Amino acid sequence: MKMKDIFPSMPSMLKNNMYVELAKRNLKRQSVRTILAAIGIIIGVIAISSMGILGNSLKLSVTDSFADVGDRLVVSPAPGENQITERQVDQMRKVANIESIIPVSSSGEIIEYKKSGATIQSFVSVYSISKDDLEKLAELEEGRYFKAGSTDCVVGAGIASNLELTPGQKIELDGNKLRVVGILKEKGMGFDINTDSGVFTSQEMYNKLYPDAEEGYNTVIVIVKDIDNIDAVSDEIEERINKKEELVTVFAMNVITDSLDDVFRSISMFLIGIGSISLLVAGVSILNVMLMSTMERTKEIGIMKAVGASRKDILKMFLLEALFLGVIASTAGAILTISGSYLIMALIVKNTSYLLTLSSMFYVLEGFVFGIATSLVGGMYPAWKASRMKPLDALRYE
Amino acid sequence: MQQAKPSPSPKKKIVPSDRPYPIVYLKDVKRIYTLGNNRIHALNGVSLSIKKGDFVTIMGSSGSGKSTLLNMIGCLDLPTSGKVKINNIDLSKLDDDGLTAIRRNNIGFIFQQFNLIPTLTAIENVEIPMIFNGQSSEKRRRKALSMLKRADLPLEFANHKPNEMSGGQQQRVAIARALANDPPILLADEPTGNLDTRTGNNIMELLKQLNASGTTVIVVTHDPKMEEYSNTSIRIQDGEIIK
Ligand SMILES: Nc1ncnc2c1ncn2[C@@H]1O[C@H](COP(=O)(O)OP(=O)(O)O)[C@@H](O)[C@H]1O
Ligand SMILES: [Mg+2]
Repeated sequence: MKMKDIFPSMPSMLKNNMYVELAKRNLKRQSVRTILAAIGIIIGVIAISSMGILGNSLKLSVTDSFADVGDRLVVSPAPGENQITERQVDQMRKVANIESIIPVSSSGEIIEYKKSGATIQSFVSVYSISKDDLEKLAELEEGRYFKAGSTDCVVGAGIASNLELTPGQKIELDGNKLRVVGILKEKGMGFDINTDSGVFTSQEMYNKLYPDAEEGYNTVIVIVKDIDNIDAVSDEIEERINKKEELVTVFAMNVITDSLDDVFRSISMFLIGIGSISLLVAGVSILNVMLMSTMERTKEIGIMKAVGASRKDILKMFLLEALFLGVIASTAGAILTISGSYLIMALIVKNTSYLLTLSSMFYVLEGFVFGIATSLVGGMYPAWKASRMKPLDALRYE
Repeated sequence: MQQAKPSPSPKKKIVPSDRPYPIVYLKDVKRIYTLGNNRIHALNGVSLSIKKGDFVTIMGSSGSGKSTLLNMIGCLDLPTSGKVKINNIDLSKLDDDGLTAIRRNNIGFIFQQFNLIPTLTAIENVEIPMIFNGQSSEKRRRKALSMLKRADLPLEFANHKPNEMSGGQQQRVAIARALANDPPILLADEPTGNLDTRTGNNIMELLKQLNASGTTVIVVTHDPKMEEYSNTSIRIQDGEIIK
């Protein structure tokens, strides 16, 4: 028997709306039981879709903070090597498809600040970087970038908030006073350079701070023109510099985002798995409800068969009931999921943008479809059983 | 699409014949129930033939096999052995869908306990057979109303549920339902058994009228007074026809 035979077409179903009417009545007749079965479906749909949304939002929020670094390579000295030399940077410049090359020298420094009476020590990274390069790596929250050759500095958001700095104030590093002219926007965790806890200054000032520092750089950040070329650029840099011996290590940022993608995909799958189990339970409860319903309506099935209902007709009636139950409960589940998630995100995370994405809505749709499918599958056996009843036996049933 | 033409085996053509065939034909029909080690011969070799337009009563004491016989004719049950033909169609050649088609288009069944669907109104109960016949809802409504009228149900009861009607009214709804698909054969199993004498007589009068307009009517009863409505009477005892 084909699905087309059971559900001929929507128009003819609506025209013969007595089937629909019958299904509605039968669901209403057992309202308590119907509601219990519906709650099972609703919980399953909520579980599947909210778990999906949760996993998806986690993924989006993390990959968002990595999205702008997917186009970079970080070149650092190979183990055993101290610095990246000017000559090596020149070799990198010969590689095609590079947008910019940002050599950075850095050093660590402990600074102290007071917070509610206590003195707290904190680690900051001091970077030597050109003004133009800094502009490529981080945006300003307030103030301006330092001028080339000046003794001014720009600080990360973390330092600024810890030390309660505003542009114009001074900080002391190793006995030297630097004027803060700009404060960077908060950026979160980064794998190239950690701007939030960084102090950025000119090479001249850096040399004054660390007169004993070796020639060369600690890190070179390479931004590629096209993210698709990142592997080729990485290979070419290694080829040129590491020809004789391993001098530098090239690390592509997209490796991180790719593996994070994998992690979050697994988390999503796991959460959806939990949702599926609850739907399975719901399916069994539908099966149970419909089975009881066919038992109770045995006589009615007998009457219908006696007046000309075929097996197909009976099958259609019961499946329609299951479909109705599934659609109503799944719709309720989807609405509850969207409004519930919206409330939670608005109140707790204070950011609803991840909910209203296509990928989050996909999970709602998925929950909805699974809810209906569960109901239909649960209703299938009882419907089949009802359709196979012998008319006379069914009529005699009391 | 009023007369069913279920043709399960297209190989076998029904050859038209000048001699009118009986609308109901049974040959050597046996129905044996097996209960544990007991074999109950509910029908023990019944042969009969009923012409189009007949009004037949089947009489006999309780347990004699009347209902079993009627269920055979109504395609609700199949014989253990023997042949049953309705409208010259051999039931043994039909599958479940074929039997359903015969029931739907050739047979109207009336029961002693009315057997209405309690959650549906009178008019909806009458619509049920037409749903399975694929009629549009508009046509169903119209036909159901006219059938209720024909069965003499006061129309203010059309939207009442069975439990809001008297036994006689319920049986009228059941008759209207039996007439819904214009079947050539009406079967009634003790239709007056749950009714008082006066109401019972009214129902029999109604069946008589329907017979007068061409429907073949077969009524099972154990009330000898009902015999006078019929033009043919069959007596059955211990699963065998004795007259
Ligand atoms: N489903 C059944 N299982 C076993 N025995 C049955 C069944 N139906 C009928 N019988 C038996 O068959 C006989 C005829 O029954 P039935 O046709 O109902 O009689 P009537 O309608 O004349 O009262 C009775 O002995 C009855 O007990
Ligand atoms: Mg009986």
